Amino acid sequence: MEIIWDSLPRMFDGAVLTLEITSLSVAIGLVCAIPLALMRVSRNPLLWGPAYGYILYFRGTPLLVQLFLIYYGSGQFSEALQTLGLWVFFRDAWFCAVLTLTLNTAGYTAEILRGSIQAVPHGEVEAARACGMSGSGLYRRIILPKAFRLALPAYSNEVVFLFQATSLVSIIALMDLTGVARVIAARSFAIYEIYITAGIIYLIVTYGILYIFKKVEYRLSGHLRERKDTGIAAESAALR
Amino acid sequence: MSVAPDPAAQPVPALLAEDVHKSFGSLEVLKGVSLTAHEGDVIAMLGASGSGKSTFLRCINLLEMPDDGRVYVGGELIRMTRNRRGEIVPADQKQVARIRSRVAMVFQQFNLWSHMTVLENVIEAPVHVQKVPKAEAVDKARQILDKVGILDKIDYYPAHLSGGQQQRVGIARALAMEPDVMLFDEPTSSLDPELVGEVLRVMRQLAEEGRTMILVTHEMGFARDVSSHAVFLHEGRIEEEGPPDEVLRNPRSERLRQFLASHLQ
Repeated sequence: MEIIWDSLPRMFDGAVLTLEITSLSVAIGLVCAIPLALMRVSRNPLLWGPAYGYILYFRGTPLLVQLFLIYYGSGQFSEALQTLGLWVFFRDAWFCAVLTLTLNTAGYTAEILRGSIQAVPHGEVEAARACGMSGSGLYRRIILPKAFRLALPAYSNEVVFLFQATSLVSIIALMDLTGVARVIAARSFAIYEIYITAGIIYLIVTYGILYIFKKVEYRLSGHLRERKDTGIAAESAALR
Repeated sequence: MSVAPDPAAQPVPALLAEDVHKSFGSLEVLKGVSLTAHEGDVIAMLGASGSGKSTFLRCINLLEMPDDGRVYVGGELIRMTRNRRGEIVPADQKQVARIRSRVAMVFQQFNLWSHMTVLENVIEAPVHVQKVPKAEAVDKARQILDKVGILDKIDYYPAHLSGGQQQRVGIARALAMEPDVMLFDEPTSSLDPELVGEVLRVMRQLAEEGRTMILVTHEMGFARDVSSHAVFLHEGRIEEEGPPDEVLRNPRSERLRQFLASHLQ
């Protein structure tokens, strides 16, 4: 018991790093995913082709391979990266971890968004066109707000997955929650105690992430719920 | 801007469609349909399913691109061109957007934006397409919603409304853009029979106000009472047209007789 208590401060430091890496990659990944998803639904092969290839690569290869490619692989090009002034970034494990996770989640999120963009009811898009909306206005006002709502449940999965996947960065010697646990466990031989503690911390944070998504979903889904004052249930047709 | 070739000093028609053709694959749905709507006209388009009446309506505001023919809105020709794949496309998207905001459409399936409240649905196009200040748009929306009798549901979402209420919101959304022409694509066809009346009442009121309306409908009695001109479409062509009383009481063609017999029991 004492060993758990003593290790908690270091574990929390690790958890902070884990959260930092997760939130940065989730935020930047989402920003990258939107244009990627828009390219993916375009009819122009010059737009959807690259987006398709990108998504295929990041969904089709293991995250660990992607991490090794960027962290160790960049070493092969260190001279070129040095002349470009980028080596300071690529020799840093933290930077490589955030970059890999960002690129990875951008691919997955873009695919989730593509699905929900295409699931926006055709009639609602047509009504918007008939009102004179087109191009970016149509996407900004009707298609994307609708698509985000449809994407939320799948996207919460992706964020939880990414949060768990950050444990891989301990392999490139980052002291995230898993990294810290590994070091303490190796020194103290209290393997069960330490990893169970780490597991519980992961669990608590995951619960927090799901709670936030639940709140956001609730706020954005008034049109799918029963009306409180009158008790009128939303027609199932609107659940699409 | 092109102006309709109309040398006579007659007023420019609110809507003029000339020789509109449309095919889907090998199926020719419209084989040259022409229509003139002057301001205040209420034109009822009748015809069996598949006669092309909805497609014609959709060609007017370019939800479908006509393969051939010309459409003028308020005398302004909608310019078309061919893209690299040889498809007909509008020459100027800005013109299309501008014209669409003058030609409002009411859909069979309502097509309200389900994640927006009634008020948000009605002010969306005025605020974000026509750039009307929001407060002004809200004031006007309230007047319009009052007129269609649904002001008390202003903060409801579409899913919380009955079909008839949703369609009245659909009409309010169209009215909010102050259109020159209103297109109604079978506005009561997906409603329960007891909800049809409330929608027809609103439409009758609009017709009496002198709005220019083109109406695809199966409600023969309503078409006869309200319209100023009736058009009977059969297999992509206008088979008969004229004053609604005459067209509906004294059909000249066998097809219209058959059609009326099956619709006017």
